[in-house]
Amino acid sequence: MNQDKSPSAADPIVCLEKVNKFFGDLHVLKDIDLKVSPGEVVVIVGASGSGKSTLIRCINGLEEFQQGHIEVDGNELLPHGKAGQALQKIRTEVGMVFQQFNLFPHLSVLDNVSLAPMKVRGWSRADAIETAERLLERVGISDQAAKHPGQLSGGQQQRVALARALAMEPRLMLFDEPTSALDPEMIGEVLDAMRELAREGMTMMIVTHEMGFAREVADRVIFIHQGEIAEEGPPEEVLDRPRNKPTQQFLSRVLKH
Amino acid sequence: MDVTFQFDWQAAFASIPFLLEGIPYTLLISFGGLAIGFLIGILFGLLRISPFAWLRIPAVAYIEIFRGTPVLVQVLFIFYGLPQLLGGPINALVAGIAAIAVNSGAYISEIVRGGVQSIERGQREAGLSLGLSRRQTFRYIIWPQALRRMIPALGNQGIISIKDTSLFSVIGVGELVRQGQVYIATTFNALEVYLMVALLYLAITLSLSFALRQLERRGLVGQ
Ligand SMILES: Nc1ncnc2c1ncn2[C@@H]1O[C@H](COP(=O)(O)OP(=O)(O)OP(=O)(O)O)[C@@H](O)[C@H]1O
Ligand SMILES: [Mg+2]
Repeated sequence: MNQDKSPSAADPIVCLEKVNKFFGDLHVLKDIDLKVSPGEVVVIVGASGSGKSTLIRCINGLEEFQQGHIEVDGNELLPHGKAGQALQKIRTEVGMVFQQFNLFPHLSVLDNVSLAPMKVRGWSRADAIETAERLLERVGISDQAAKHPGQLSGGQQQRVALARALAMEPRLMLFDEPTSALDPEMIGEVLDAMRELAREGMTMMIVTHEMGFAREVADRVIFIHQGEIAEEGPPEEVLDRPRNKPTQQFLSRVLKH
Repeated sequence: MDVTFQFDWQAAFASIPFLLEGIPYTLLISFGGLAIGFLIGILFGLLRISPFAWLRIPAVAYIEIFRGTPVLVQVLFIFYGLPQLLGGPINALVAGIAAIAVNSGAYISEIVRGGVQSIERGQREAGLSLGLSRRQTFRYIIWPQALRRMIPALGNQGIISIKDTSLFSVIGVGELVRQGQVYIATTFNALEVYLMVALLYLAITLSLSFALRQLERRGLVGQ
């Protein structure tokens, strides 16, 4: 029989199979199996050092893995960084927001956002600027476009970082603790922008300690314990009625704060 | 014995036109050598941090050899030694420029390496995660920031190299010191002439410092 290989809405956009990752002798990811559907919002929680960052960084090839395979929107990553063109394609289709923002300090806010569309997608400067301005407006910082990142507050910087990633029109967005480096009063503005993105149907994988936010936007919560997916399910299950011990202990520690 | 000595201002000023004839050579050797040294420094500084040992090892060898030997020996080797190998004489000016180039190139390699390595890992990751190639990430993200951080150290090296050219009177290039020596050979007022020579070096190095400070200040806006 002929198998139809064309992607449909039901096909996962991210697929990890038996992914194992080591840092030297340290086994950081253990047999990770994970599928994410288009439009799904997946929140990843777990203790410090459990492998959350490593997991999402494997998806856009910032970390290599040693066993298993990862497929993102039909592009396959192989162990030991053997990917070539596929890696480039994945990075073009996948946006990432970092804990420390990682804005380019030597470029203006507008140039931060318009650089990649011009250099990677080959857009004209006019098109890239227009898109950048529209995105900056959407995250509420259009009046800061000419400034440099160092002149912005943490919350503003993270919203620029979000706009920068969105400018590439990604099919998937990865977030690695996007609000952990922010002063408490600035967390809300970043979460608001992410909430809106989720509402518009963006596929998102979010590492965060913001449990209220997770409960609200997540379609699925994944709890990672010592490099393994220990529990996963809808937020009301994993967060409110955790089944296994590590999850319960982690949540009681987090929610006490 | 009469040990009192009158500083002869007139003699000092009289030497200036003759000394000034050395300035173009001093500048040409300094800045010609530094320009080539900068290119060498970029190349070897980047090879030095290559993930491949076969690229790294030659870079380390070059840097250690030319940092670890005196620039005077280097210029003597180039001017007197190399012709025996090549079978023809080398122009003294060319030898001087070459010596500054290979000598400053070794130091600038280390400046480039330090500058590039000082850029936070997150900058590279942000560039790559946007789909920029490694080359584009380097060109648009890493290098502009590294270059800015390198300016003070590059200025330092520039000043050192300018002063190093004073040694090249030994190969007979008519640079500042050489002009001074020639002048003193006929007038014998070493005190006045060497003071003027020193002041002329100072004028060159201060101009460079000033120019770099301007560059740095302009570069820092918006950092
Ligand atoms: N570059 C590295 N080299 C060696 N070990 C590393 C490296 N990066 C991470 N690790 C280790 O891998 C494990 C998982 O790290 P990871 O950063 O994925 O954890 P995390 O769940 O994101 O933690 P956190 O909540 O603190 O960010 C940790 O034990 C960490 O020390
Ligand atoms: Mg982490």
